[in-house]
Amino acid sequence: MIKDWVLEELTVDQKLEPMVKPPITKVQLAQYAGASGDFNPLHLDDDFAKKIGMDGVIAHGMLVMGFLGEYVMKLAGQEARVANLKMRFGKMTVPGDEIRCSGVVERTYEEDGKRCIALELTAEKVSGEVVGSGSAILQLT
Amino acid sequence: MDLDQSVIGLTSNEYVFEVERRHVGQFAAAIGDDHPLYTDEEYANQSAYAGLIVPPTFPIAMNDGKTEMPLALDQRRMLHGEQEFLYYKPIRIGDRLRCQIKVSDLYDKEGKSGKMQFLKLDTEMKDETGELVCISRMNIVYRSLAN
Repeated sequence: MIKDWVLEELTVDQKLEPMVKPPITKVQLAQYAGASGDFNPLHLDDDFAKKIGMDGVIAHGMLVMGFLGEYVMKLAGQEARVANLKMRFGKMTVPGDEIRCSGVVERTYEEDGKRCIALELTAEKVSGEVVGSGSAILQLT
Repeated sequence: MDLDQSVIGLTSNEYVFEVERRHVGQFAAAIGDDHPLYTDEEYANQSAYAGLIVPPTFPIAMNDGKTEMPLALDQRRMLHGEQEFLYYKPIRIGDRLRCQIKVSDLYDKEGKSGKMQFLKLDTEMKDETGELVCISRMNIVYRSLAN
């Protein structure tokens, strides 16, 4: 990720360069199921998903949060620790969806002598549909 | 039947979760998260974490697959509305963390389709000295079933 800023100098309302993930695949959902231990057939079995009224399998909400986690760690780089990460689940994500993660600086403050940066995060489809909105706190060391 | 306040404070059995390299690698690969903090020791040593860590959402995978929830819930009524991770100490490969699931809160809200209940389930993870490492907080919307 190209950074044209340094963490120490981020200011309130500053928009951070987004990260776009490759389209979600069914293989990826199987990988995520195995790695997370969430084998809900809603994420793996099209027939099951159709039986309960979906067009097919949907992605794990936690996979989308994983994308936001990746984004935050990339923003933190080597300079900061992540103290908190939070996400509210929005619209459903399906295979083929490309997710774009973006962030805005919400506020900066000092705590225990450390500089903290609170970020607002959004995960959305290219169509603009929000699939996850959240926040993170970076702590500079 | 709705849940009542008596569920607050209920806990699951404690289980020990061992953080394994292969598991962490598979988790990061599934997300497509190639951050060097999980694999490149030299890079990680020079970072704010002073060593390799795991992806930030990895604690969601720190379940042993058999520990029972502290309370009986109807899967059909559950909606995972929100997830939060509170980090206190870095999680490292090789860690053996003591984990326990707790009901930390329950409250009601009036929604469009009647009363909804909100349940907070915290998985607390502690190291072998008993120090808190991470809390994985799941906010569950517990809906009324349609008649």
